[in-house]
Amino acid sequence: MVDSARDRAPAARQPARGESLAVRVVLIGIALAFVSLMLVLPLLSVFTEALRKGWDVYVAAIREPDAHSAIRLTLLVAAIAVPINVVTGVAGAWVIARFEFPGRNLLVSLIDLPFSVSPVITGLVYVLLFGAQGVFGTWLAYNDVQIIFAVPGIVLATIFVTFPFVCREILPIMQAQGSADEEAALTLGAGPWWMFFTITLPNIRWGLLYGVLLCNARAMGEFGAVSVVSGRIRGLTTTMPLHIEILYNEYNSVAAFAVASLLALLALLTLLAKALLEWRYADELAATRPL
Amino acid sequence: MTAFCTKRLLDQALAVLALMFCFAVVAGVARAQQDVELLNVSYDPTRELYREVNAAFIADWKARSGQTAAIRLSHGGSGAQARTVIDGLAADVVTLALAGDIDAIAQRSGKIPLNWQTRLPFNSAPYTSTIVLLVRKGNPKGIKDWGDLAKPGVGVVTPNPKTSGGARWNYLAAWAWGQKAFGGDDTKVRDFIAAIFRNVIVLDTGARGSTTTFAQRNIGDALIAWENEAFLVLEEFGADKFEIVTPSLSILAEPPVTLVDGNVERKRTRAVAQAYLEFLYTPAAQALIAKHFYRPRFQQHARAEDLARFKALELVTVDGAFGGWAKAQPQHFGDGGTFDQLYKPAR
Repeated sequence: MVDSARDRAPAARQPARGESLAVRVVLIGIALAFVSLMLVLPLLSVFTEALRKGWDVYVAAIREPDAHSAIRLTLLVAAIAVPINVVTGVAGAWVIARFEFPGRNLLVSLIDLPFSVSPVITGLVYVLLFGAQGVFGTWLAYNDVQIIFAVPGIVLATIFVTFPFVCREILPIMQAQGSADEEAALTLGAGPWWMFFTITLPNIRWGLLYGVLLCNARAMGEFGAVSVVSGRIRGLTTTMPLHIEILYNEYNSVAAFAVASLLALLALLTLLAKALLEWRYADELAATRPL
Repeated sequence: MTAFCTKRLLDQALAVLALMFCFAVVAGVARAQQDVELLNVSYDPTRELYREVNAAFIADWKARSGQTAAIRLSHGGSGAQARTVIDGLAADVVTLALAGDIDAIAQRSGKIPLNWQTRLPFNSAPYTSTIVLLVRKGNPKGIKDWGDLAKPGVGVVTPNPKTSGGARWNYLAAWAWGQKAFGGDDTKVRDFIAAIFRNVIVLDTGARGSTTTFAQRNIGDALIAWENEAFLVLEEFGADKFEIVTPSLSILAEPPVTLVDGNVERKRTRAVAQAYLEFLYTPAAQALIAKHFYRPRFQQHARAEDLARFKALELVTVDGAFGGWAKAQPQHFGDGGTFDQLYKPAR
């Protein structure tokens, strides 16, 4: 296994034949210029704006109680939404990849629904369902349960928006690998959970990891749907993206960019974790990644 | 061997990262408790005002009752805020831009009695304000009064009357000036309003959004704004960049406050919520109101230099010129109202 991976590597790294040096330089130059203009420059400007008035102002902006609670709420929402989406995403992908049943294609399309529906509509749908004038509004008010304009509503909206990430990442891997390994495990007497943890999970783990990271990044950064169901109560139902907007609207752009830089740092940390994991398990990755 | 060590180190680093995440989440679940908590759902420009008023009230309430109060704030376009309260945002008090928005909450949610406006002095409005024009320094387009906003080539910024309370005051102020200028000729007034809205470049959802568009993003020649918002721009961005143009005639804006009875009953916060609203009429709060560029009801409590900033101008009232919000709201801002008829985005 390891040997074959090593044999493949040099062949893949060889430059494409036929293009002259000039063409390559120009193409690479365009790509680099585009990436730095569209990605690196905005990212840098977030940090320079945040630090414009010095380190002390930056720290003060982040230590402010409302900013603190926004950070906590963002992490809490991600900590609830991501695990739920991992479980449902794996279950969904497994059902779709392994079984034929009526409505299977419909289910595949439904999983993509959160990608195609505008987040604002997502938020409004939850208001229509759980708002005071909504379908369940009277029952919820009678039982003194607050879903919309409180943390549960924010979590629900986030789960909906980030649902496809995990499922979409692992579904192609499951389909490509087929069920031969799993059937072999079952034939050799493994129970369904034993099979899942020793065969299925190891096979999909890289796709699962990407899915989790993407899901997490979006869960922490979601603005539209959360903004509709949040009610914008300062220090209570404002996540980091909402808090950034509030600060900007209060002419407090240094504080706004300070919190924005923190959000960007969280995203970079996610990427870093991914890169570290890839590097740590490079050999396994080469062996298991489907081609 | 070294590869093995770095790998162990990496594993540990990843474990620490995961642990930190868990701690942050746990810390988020455990939060400090207060004796009593109020939620004030307000309109856009009052952020700075209520931040100071809240601190003063919390100290006052602590001295009077011994309770530690915490007051949460939510800000947005007045109409949009009313909508979220109707949809179930658990506001103890609403402090909105105009009576029509609180009427909407009363009618649609039943959480506020219909006679709410009689419950506190001065139509339940502890302060007034008006609508002025903000232009760039030196007034390059020579904007002196409402009539100049309708001229071709003037870029106007105002929020959307459908979602913003301030925008509805803006609209009615322009309408009132038109009625006087054209001697009550309705067709000419309508043409005049249509001409102003043809000049509108950006129609934000709230007053603060419009201010940001005009002052921070440098779009447009004139901003139709709350008087308090215009002064705030001078304070935030420097008086060397903008000028306030006080028109010859404007509207007396009375942003009202009231209890949301349905919510304070459920949350058992009626006493403190009532005290909070009454506090707005005290000398301490009236002085803060003037400090933040709103016109106080009791001028004797405000500092003289704060009062000196307010220019005298002819002010009409919604009740006098438009027959009250109950009539003006559907006639001008309801579905198919004059705004729908006259606003046709040109570009």
